[in-house]
Amino acid sequence: MNKNHRVQSSRSLSAVEVKSKFGAEFRRFSLDRSKPGRFDEFYGLLQHVHRIPNVELLVGYADVHGDLLPINNDDNYHKAISTASPLLRLFLQRKEEADYTAFGTDSLTRKKNTVLSAVLLRPDTNRKKPPVIISLPRDFRPVSSIIDVDILPETHRRVRLYKHGQEKPLGFYIRDGSSVRVTAQGLEKLPGIFISRMVPGGLAESTGLLAVNDEVLEVNGIEVAGKSLDQVTDMMIANSHNLIITVKPANQRNNVVRSGGGGAASGSSGRSSDSGASYYGYSSQAAAASMPTHIIQNFPVDELESDDEDLVIEAGGEAEPIRRAPSNYSMPSLPRYEPHLNLRTATTSVSRRSLEEDGTVITL
Amino acid sequence: MIDNCGHKVNMLCLLQGRLLSLLDDNTIHLWELAAGSPREVGGVKKEGVISLQEVDNYSLPGRPGIESCSATRVTVLLLLKSCELLCIGTEGGGVYFLELPHLLPKESQMLLQDQVTQSLPDNYRCGKSLGPVESLQEHPQQTGKILIGYSRGLVVLWDLSTRHADQLFLGKQQLESLIWERSGNLFVSSHNDGGYSVWAVTSGNACNHQPVSSTIPYGPFPCKAINKILWRTTQTGSPVMLYSGGMPRASYGDRHCLTIQQDKEHVTLDFTSRVIDFFTVHSIEQEKEFDDPSALVVLLEEELVVIDLQTPGWPSLPTPYLAPLHSSAITCSCHISSVPSKLWERLINAGKAQQGRQQMHRNWPICGGKNLAPPPKQQELLLTGHEDGTVHFWDASGVALTPVYKLSTANVFHTDCDPSDDPQDPSDDPDMQQQEEEWPPFRKVGCFDPYSDDPRLGIQKISLCKYSNKLVVAGTAGQVIVLGLSDEPSDHLVDVSVVDLLQDREGFTWKGHDKLEPRLKPAPFPPGFQPLVLVQCLPPASVTAVALHAEWNLISFGTSHGFGLFDYHRRNAVLARCTLHPNDSLAMEGPLSRVKSLKKSLRQSFRRIRKSRVSGKKRTISTPTSKVQEANAALAEQEEVAPVQRRIEPRSADDSLSGVVRCLCFADTFLRDGTHHGPTLWAGTNSGSVYTYALEVPGVGSGRVCERGGTNESNLCVEAVLGKEIQLMHRAPVVSICVLDGRGKPLPDPYEASQDLAITPDMTSAHSVLIASEEQLKVFSLPKVSAKTKFKLTAHEGCRVRKVALVVFSSTAQEDYNEHTLVCLTNLGDMHLFNIPGLRPQVRYDCIRKEDISGIASCVFTKNGQGFYLISPSEYERFSLSAKVLTEPLCSIQLDRPLEPSPASDGTMTQPQANGTHKNQMGQAEGQTEEVPSTLSSPILDTPLDSPLSCADLTLGSTGELTVEDVRDFLTTVDEAENNLKNIKEEEGRSPGILIN
Repeated sequence: MNKNHRVQSSRSLSAVEVKSKFGAEFRRFSLDRSKPGRFDEFYGLLQHVHRIPNVELLVGYADVHGDLLPINNDDNYHKAISTASPLLRLFLQRKEEADYTAFGTDSLTRKKNTVLSAVLLRPDTNRKKPPVIISLPRDFRPVSSIIDVDILPETHRRVRLYKHGQEKPLGFYIRDGSSVRVTAQGLEKLPGIFISRMVPGGLAESTGLLAVNDEVLEVNGIEVAGKSLDQVTDMMIANSHNLIITVKPANQRNNVVRSGGGGAASGSSGRSSDSGASYYGYSSQAAAASMPTHIIQNFPVDELESDDEDLVIEAGGEAEPIRRAPSNYSMPSLPRYEPHLNLRTATTSVSRRSLEEDGTVITL
Repeated sequence: MIDNCGHKVNMLCLLQGRLLSLLDDNTIHLWELAAGSPREVGGVKKEGVISLQEVDNYSLPGRPGIESCSATRVTVLLLLKSCELLCIGTEGGGVYFLELPHLLPKESQMLLQDQVTQSLPDNYRCGKSLGPVESLQEHPQQTGKILIGYSRGLVVLWDLSTRHADQLFLGKQQLESLIWERSGNLFVSSHNDGGYSVWAVTSGNACNHQPVSSTIPYGPFPCKAINKILWRTTQTGSPVMLYSGGMPRASYGDRHCLTIQQDKEHVTLDFTSRVIDFFTVHSIEQEKEFDDPSALVVLLEEELVVIDLQTPGWPSLPTPYLAPLHSSAITCSCHISSVPSKLWERLINAGKAQQGRQQMHRNWPICGGKNLAPPPKQQELLLTGHEDGTVHFWDASGVALTPVYKLSTANVFHTDCDPSDDPQDPSDDPDMQQQEEEWPPFRKVGCFDPYSDDPRLGIQKISLCKYSNKLVVAGTAGQVIVLGLSDEPSDHLVDVSVVDLLQDREGFTWKGHDKLEPRLKPAPFPPGFQPLVLVQCLPPASVTAVALHAEWNLISFGTSHGFGLFDYHRRNAVLARCTLHPNDSLAMEGPLSRVKSLKKSLRQSFRRIRKSRVSGKKRTISTPTSKVQEANAALAEQEEVAPVQRRIEPRSADDSLSGVVRCLCFADTFLRDGTHHGPTLWAGTNSGSVYTYALEVPGVGSGRVCERGGTNESNLCVEAVLGKEIQLMHRAPVVSICVLDGRGKPLPDPYEASQDLAITPDMTSAHSVLIASEEQLKVFSLPKVSAKTKFKLTAHEGCRVRKVALVVFSSTAQEDYNEHTLVCLTNLGDMHLFNIPGLRPQVRYDCIRKEDISGIASCVFTKNGQGFYLISPSEYERFSLSAKVLTEPLCSIQLDRPLEPSPASDGTMTQPQANGTHKNQMGQAEGQTEEVPSTLSSPILDTPLDSPLSCADLTLGSTGELTVEDVRDFLTTVDEAENNLKNIKEEEGRSPGILIN
């Protein structure tokens, strides 16, 4: 494949280079971009170049985003031609063998062996890197997860909300209440903390893992029993960037049924996910995926702390004498006013990236 | 005084080291001074602490057949001179008797109203009740005879031994109080029409219809009642008459007055708060012919005033203790430990000069026992900032806070009530002479003045450099005043510098108060701290942080809009930095928490209404039925009100007031690189931002200060260059910033290192900075600012950091060993101690009630492990976290009887009572909690020597109703007793192991 890649022609832009794959065979030809013709003519052409005149075909192409899209009418045929730059990659399948799930815009469902999308995204990928798998959930920033299923009673649920870098509000309220527990002395009414309200469109609601009247038992591994509503509120806010709450759901019918092995049911990774790195993170976590999940999910609290990184903005730069600060900081007369660096943009990730571009940021 | 179960103490009587108290719930409690067992602290044997312990209590039973027990509601108490009998006057008109010291009812003596009514002439009786007993007074000469005054006006001279009315005095006017003349030939009654009557007691005359004389001093227009009257004879001639109230209803009905009258001399003392009680200090020896009062002691709602009755003109005596802390509301406080003796002397002298005119002619007339506390090892100052722009300096070296010096900042400004318009000396002023002729002859007495002329004068932050005697005070209207100490009075103009903290921010308009106008002409400043420079922040928002570095001649100040740096030596502004978030429009609206304060003030006013309804009712009684009703109402309320919800949302970047500067700090450290240290400025805001500036201070090189005054140095200016900006990810307000040296110890204060007063900081290894936010404590290495250690307090405990201090704990065992510890007070009122720089939690104590928000907000720490916080607007509680540094009330009181050792348990005496409920202390349903810990001192014994587990608390100031029935040399146990009483209450409900209040 790389060999083909190198034989890139430098024909005029009016021509569309087509590389068509059927089974293990490739065919290369070109089309005039200005006069692509109709779909049935193109379909006939494909059958002709691959020498499969009587085979019913399903035609797909890789778009600029690396998604596999179908070509089955004039419109999407013209779209495919017009967006090809310069190469149009086609994938032909026998209709009876066709894997329809391969199609779609959501990369999540993309098949494992469609390596080309990775190539398209990162043309500089060199050979030595293992085939990049971007189709597994761990490559994406998680929003929420159920964790520790294997160690918790089935009536409890430990939910992790990843607020970090999210635009959505966490979106829930808590209240005081009382819950009835069965103790050795019989039924006992104990004070407890409950979820009282969900904000529509908030993170908590969108996960579907928390509901009104769920009793909050723990916040990031610390029991809330004996703590006041204000204390629990403060604990949740202090942990809001990576909140793990253990609840006793009011509705006990949707509980996760534990599978014997434990690993499979445990949901996604409990590791901290750095919002910055997760865009391109692929190599290190692949190894982690094979580990028994419950090991990394029985989080020690310390492990979560990598998330809250404070931001230090250096004015000047360490090597330089501080007097000769960059021009925007040097004030000739007193009192001086330093332009206020816009630290507090809406999301931290945005501010971080924009600052990175200036090269003045050190992230701890 | 409110005891801890919410019952007001209505009356106190003293008897030979015992104390009787009547509570709001109509119970009488007997307290005794008891000596604690001797103990050993740090190898030194100490006397046991004398504490007040409850011995007994008693409540009058309801009369059979009458549902309400208001008939037996106690109205007056009289303790006979023999100290053997307590007479109790009641609402129902009955007089009951209790034998002391065990509060045993003497049934045979009981005097019901019917017995008195029988002997009355028919035309006086009219079938009406005589009303409650209003006064009981023992005959000054004949034992066993008491005067009983009923509300309707009848006064009976009752013989206790014969149980017979000796004489009847048929008064027609409603009675308020009675007082005997010393000889017993006369008595005076005061009435609710503002008059008093003198009655002659001549034997053989069983029924007196008319008084000898009757006067309404402030008539003829309707007057208010004379609540209490005293009649004291003097050797020199006419008796001295002292009475409270009686003012003309229409014109002066709202004044709190007490009149002193002798012959033609007449003074109406005009107080700012209600007169609760008063008494005279006079000779009580039987053989003396005259009372010869030497002093008048007036207990007011807010202060204690003592008037010298022997000096002509009756001047007031300055209080050596129990001075009202809250003469104007306390707005901030600041503690200075180990004050250099030079500064101390100069302050004392400045204070003496202030009191010059009111020289103490006489000694304080009250002796409060003997103070056994050793002289303090070091002098300590507590500075309190007040709403009226004054700063009071208090001697905090011992148990009592003694006023030292008072600084007023109001004369820096031109205010509506300019002090220069006021007469300097009232006696010299012709206007005042005119006022003398005014009727009644008012005289303002006392220093409690809750009404601030201009709230903008309020002091918000104080910083004092004890080595250079420079003081910075900052106030509500963005004023920052730098003051220097001078022993000479001076007339000078104060330099004014304006610093615009908004800089070129546009689109903001300040809707708050205006700045204070500085005075344009030179003002006279008395010896003491005199203003040098006034820095005015714009907009004139309240100053939220100040820092002073006297060695560099720099001050830094912050408001809700930004912070500034000012060189007060060269009088120039070095830096102004806006910390506002662009979206933060609220900060511009006006004074801090304007939105919140409306809600708060509404809530408070509702509370006040509710409270006043409760306390407004005179002589209410809590019956068992009302208790049940209350409980039911509380239950119903709980069920009806929708549960409180709390929104869970991370702190957002554009929260309002995010720009408020919370702390400022100067440090000589490594900000640029790891090899060159120099002056730096650190500022932390409400939104978790920390700004750091590298400062270029001429003459301050790498480490040491060079001699000033070089020729070209004078042209140089201090410069500030932005070093780093740190944004804490959790965005919680930054409470404190402190730089630690290479050994992990906090940097010494300015001048300490250069004058060899502290160990020179380690400048060879890497420094670190401790940043305490409301949620986390974090140590960063310098100069790179990378996180080294942290403790996420809120995530772990659910509490938020309110106050933080670095404190030195010295070992009690090893003289030269000490540790630096981070003390952290949270919003739950508990203290967390951490080692530094490891931030490992060491111990945790409960300290302040979490509901006591103002107490938590007012807390200040000393450098050696003590602290102060306001337990009421007028009282500081002092606590110690250190076993080494204790401040305890050590004292002794001379008593006729030996002090009993503290009983192991109390309230065990339960003799069968025929009539009267003899209550066991624990046995009361509503939780009568006057239980007493075995001794105050025992917990200290239990603690390991090195742990910072011990405490001594003292209470200053007291408000309460006081009826001193007997003035002897132990009179002064009042103060002591009240202190002890408070102590005991603080102790309750705590396990003896932890003794932090």
